[in-house]
Amino acid sequence: MQARKKILIGLSLLIFILAAISVFIGVAQMDLSDPRGMMILTVSRIPRTIAALLTGSALAVAGVVMQQIVRNRFVEPGTAGTAESAALGLLAVTLIAPQASIWIKMVAASVSALIGTSIFVKMIRKLPPREVLLVPLAGIVLSGVIGAIVTWIGWQTDMMQFIATWLMTGEFSGVIAGRYELLWIAGLAAGIAFFAADRFAILGLGPEAATALGLSPRAVMRLGLAVVAVVTAMVVVSVGMIPFVGLVVPNIIARLIGDNLRAALPVTALGGGALVLACDIIGRVIVAPFEIPAGTILGVLGAGIFLWLLWRPARPSKAAAMGPTDV
Amino acid sequence: MIEIKNVSYAIGGAKILQDINTVIPKGSVTALIGPNGAGKSSLLNLIGRIEPLQTGTIDVDGQNVTTSHSGRLARTMAFLGQHTAVASRLRVSELVAFGRWPHCHGRPGPEDHEKVADAIAQFSLRGLADRFLDELSGGQAQRAHLAMTFAQDTPWVLLDEPLNNLDMAHSRILMRKLSDLRDAGKSVVIVVHDLNQAAAWADHLVAMKHGRVVVSGAPDEVLTPDWLSALYDTEVQVLRYADRPLVLSHV
Ligand SMILES: Nc1ncnc2c1ncn2[C@@H]1O[C@H](COP(=O)(O)OP(=O)(O)OP(=O)(O)O)[C@@H](O)[C@H]1O
Ligand SMILES: [Mg+2]
Repeated sequence: MQARKKILIGLSLLIFILAAISVFIGVAQMDLSDPRGMMILTVSRIPRTIAALLTGSALAVAGVVMQQIVRNRFVEPGTAGTAESAALGLLAVTLIAPQASIWIKMVAASVSALIGTSIFVKMIRKLPPREVLLVPLAGIVLSGVIGAIVTWIGWQTDMMQFIATWLMTGEFSGVIAGRYELLWIAGLAAGIAFFAADRFAILGLGPEAATALGLSPRAVMRLGLAVVAVVTAMVVVSVGMIPFVGLVVPNIIARLIGDNLRAALPVTALGGGALVLACDIIGRVIVAPFEIPAGTILGVLGAGIFLWLLWRPARPSKAAAMGPTDV
Repeated sequence: MIEIKNVSYAIGGAKILQDINTVIPKGSVTALIGPNGAGKSSLLNLIGRIEPLQTGTIDVDGQNVTTSHSGRLARTMAFLGQHTAVASRLRVSELVAFGRWPHCHGRPGPEDHEKVADAIAQFSLRGLADRFLDELSGGQAQRAHLAMTFAQDTPWVLLDEPLNNLDMAHSRILMRKLSDLRDAGKSVVIVVHDLNQAAAWADHLVAMKHGRVVVSGAPDEVLTPDWLSALYDTEVQVLRYADRPLVLSHV
């Protein structure tokens, strides 16, 4: 596919440029000839850039996977109770075993994200399939309920400031070497999704069609839930949830390339990485020397893109524009 | 041969199928007929292991549909359901290629490419191969799904109302292809409402009503005024044309 190649090359170039900008801008002036400059580069700037790219890619991929397994384009881990559930798990460990290692926290966040997302999937099974907007609505309600529980416990236990960093708006100013590496696990989970791309695409045709082709819809669903839960939990634990990436990037890519995930997922991953990194850079420059969290920028930008996606006039694809061709 | 033994099926207390015992012969085109709600789709879904069996057993060429490996069953039978509308934005060629999944698991070889190209050509989809499914007419989308089922290239083909949305010409083309499959040694089971298509192309009919098999046999035995009037609770005349029954029900 010619168009896909162009988009891939374009996005790669964009990421290269954004990464270069991200490494060279910041409050501290860098002079690479001096060891202090070198340290800023390796301890702060490069990890921050990688963290933004990993977060964006993994969240975008998690968004696609979730949309395929629930067969609805309007859901993402941030609006299906996944992030709130991860935060609930994290909060529980922090309260019960404050000394627990980061690994235990990570596992707890993943497991509770998995439980929360499974509840979402069970819940929407009862909804009439034609009402496509009920699914995201149900997700928002579930997110609200779990979020309220988290907030209530947070108030009671004086943990609100932690919760704010997990759930409100993800940001990368705290990222330094040694404090973002969990995001590689998110990247790994997204990589697994790539290897199961065909399975997710077939599940997107519906459980009937998947069964007819010899797949177990339940097994594919479980794999998908695990990917979504792990990605979300790692992001919540390390930088905080970032809204809209999992929604707008997959929707744009589906428009351009379609739902053949094997072709689409690499593009989605690049798109997500570029978007989050761009938002992080914007947040760093517009009120310099202060910073606006990337999550806040995305909240505004993402909402705008999403509304545009909803209201933009439909245009036929190139193949369709060539007219009827029954041969 | 598909052997259906003592199959009953209920959804939330409602009896959908009751004690079905029948055999669908190998190497023939079998048509499931009967009024709306008779249970035809339910039975076909059970044969295609789309829904799990509750009581009774179904064997397809000796493979039990409950206990056999689903991946292996997907190389024995292809299934196309009654409701094919998908929300996925796939291109026609990509959808058809998924028909090869049971054989190649995503790593298509030359044979797989050839079968996909062949199925696309057979259903006159070559000019539409790069189109997204959501940019097709109802009949074009139905042909894309049929092409996927044909690409699967299995000894058994199960189709639930495959003539849905197809025009006269494409309906005839499809029925002829099904009889070609039969001539090539494969077996076909379809659900049809157009009894004249069944009369013209099927070798064996299974007539269902209220979740039971009312009668089964050759078209000449089943397509009689008595059986059809009882089946559909309406008066039906049957003439003969080209040595086959011709069912008149529209006036
Ligand atoms: N999910 C369901 N829940 C409850 N009842 C159902 C469900 N699906 C089907 N039924 C009922 O089961 C019966 C058989 O349905 P089925 O779809 O098998 O009929 P059919 O013979 O294929 O009809 P049609 O010709 O209209 O396609 C019907 O009475 C229907 O109302
Ligand atoms: Mg039916």
